[in-house]
Amino acid sequence: MPLDLQAERLSLGYGERTIVRDLTMHLPTGKVTIIVGPNACGKSTFLRGLARLLPASSGEVLLDGKSIHATPSREVALRLGILPQGPIAPDGITVTDLVSRGRHVHQGWFRRWSSDDDDAVTAALTATGTLPLAARPVDELSGGQRQRVWIAMALAQRTGILLLDEPTTYLDISHQVEVLDLLTDLNEAEGTTIVIVLHELNLAFRYADHLVVMKDGAVVTAGDPNDVLSAEIIEDVFGMRCRLVNDPISDTPMIVPIGRHRVGSHNPEGDRPE
Amino acid sequence: MVEATRRRETGRARTVAVALFVAVIAMYALTLSYGEFQISLPDVVRSLFGLPTPAGVDYIMHDLRLPRASVSALAGLAFGLSGALFQQLLRNPLASPDVIGVSQGATTAGIVTVLLLGLDGGVAAAAGLAGAVLTALTIYALSWRKGVGGYRFILVGIGIGTVLTSITSYILTRSDVKIAAEAMIWLTGSVNGRTWPQIVPLAVALVILVPLALILGRTLTGMQLGDDLATAFGVRVQWSRFLLLIIAVCLAGMATSAAGPIAFVAFMSGPIAARLVGGGRPVLVQAALVGALLVLVSDFIGSHLLGSRQFPVGVVTGVIGAPYLLWLLATANRSGRGG
Repeated sequence: MPLDLQAERLSLGYGERTIVRDLTMHLPTGKVTIIVGPNACGKSTFLRGLARLLPASSGEVLLDGKSIHATPSREVALRLGILPQGPIAPDGITVTDLVSRGRHVHQGWFRRWSSDDDDAVTAALTATGTLPLAARPVDELSGGQRQRVWIAMALAQRTGILLLDEPTTYLDISHQVEVLDLLTDLNEAEGTTIVIVLHELNLAFRYADHLVVMKDGAVVTAGDPNDVLSAEIIEDVFGMRCRLVNDPISDTPMIVPIGRHRVGSHNPEGDRPE
Repeated sequence: MVEATRRRETGRARTVAVALFVAVIAMYALTLSYGEFQISLPDVVRSLFGLPTPAGVDYIMHDLRLPRASVSALAGLAFGLSGALFQQLLRNPLASPDVIGVSQGATTAGIVTVLLLGLDGGVAAAAGLAGAVLTALTIYALSWRKGVGGYRFILVGIGIGTVLTSITSYILTRSDVKIAAEAMIWLTGSVNGRTWPQIVPLAVALVILVPLALILGRTLTGMQLGDDLATAFGVRVQWSRFLLLIIAVCLAGMATSAAGPIAFVAFMSGPIAARLVGGGRPVLVQAALVGALLVLVSDFIGSHLLGSRQFPVGVVTGVIGAPYLLWLLATANRSGRGG
């Protein structure tokens, strides 16, 4: 059953500091939404707010039309999963055990582990290509393997909505592409609504069905990357001149940054701003 | 692959628990049977079931050894479980009640009731419990910043513990020498000369608190991965942590009232159990059993194996635990954890 997630005049902050202000957004159901923006623009805070990890200071998050904070946390957990930044792997934990923790919400106080749970864990490991690592301790894995294991844990939860906060951090480019392909697979196979906060702009433009550009806690623009992006917007949001060209592989926008150096002499855009 | 790994891990956790349980029973039986006056195992069993036994056996069993072995096992269980809960909730091996001042709270309260107010028995037990709870609440309140984080809780706890220790010392210096000397033995942690009125409250507390800890402890599998993921799994993190900490505090308080703050049992049991079980699962039952075994074995060493002198159990556990604490402190910062 497709699930509907939206933010309604949502404000979020830590203590006195407001980080996200009055933000209204509908996350397209069954699509891949990618949120980009400069550091400290509030994109991670917004994601945490969507997943009720942070209480709203005003406004609300609606999951299927019901306020997420008014819904029992366990019920939310059956429908919405999140992979936050910097999750903790207990010392010595095996891949199987870690991914099994994603089944936590499916175990009641008295319901024991079942073969359904084994199947969900196996499927998550298979999808992320980590099944051969099942018996290994997480401490011994490479960064790329570890990230895939964490994603497997999020998949094992089997939620209709999956939020991921910078799932490609610390990964080299091949693993970044691999992770985004994997999430796209999931979206296409299961119709999972996916929301990703991402640092890597060109990959964001390529993989997003729906792109959200944020600055100072507000949405600058949102929509199909082909429709909503312009060099002016990037310049405004990231404070950097650039040219947008066509990504020859995906036919999506691609940023070519313009710095102060290494600009060809024949190129008029190389002139320094006065 | 997944099923095999899970079965192997579950199997090992279960095997360790059973082996520890058998070892605890064996040490318990040994404590009852061995001593200046040897009692054969059949006589131990006969006496336990109230059957006729040779002269003197019943007295030594029921008035001396049974209370001693029972308080060792029960206090060990309570300290072990309490320490493991603290360490796993605060995700830090230093965060055990004997390190962060909770046991000191129970101790100070006990000393105040016995030495200053001249009360004893059940009142002292209640006072110990109240002292532990009050101390923990103080630490909780002082380290609260929109939730309780591990490091702040531990540092505040160590500070509070130091204050409490100096209050205890001050009261001791003000007391009659003979009474102070007796109090010192309890302060070291001793299972000698305990009486049933001191043991029964601890037993009752364990019957209530252990099942609660094990049921609520299931949230630990989520909380081990960090507050964010635990919340994402539907765990009410602050609430579960608070309840589990209260249970852990009560366990430490009750055990301290009954046997004194037996050094480092709470601190060592969890890590030993985790090492035995392997993997990254929360170990509660195993830690409790390790605690019981530690106290039984240490008391046996202290009373039979160190020459003609007898040492209180706390001296032996202190000798074992202190090097471990130093090792932990020396290696903690390298791996980015600890104080």
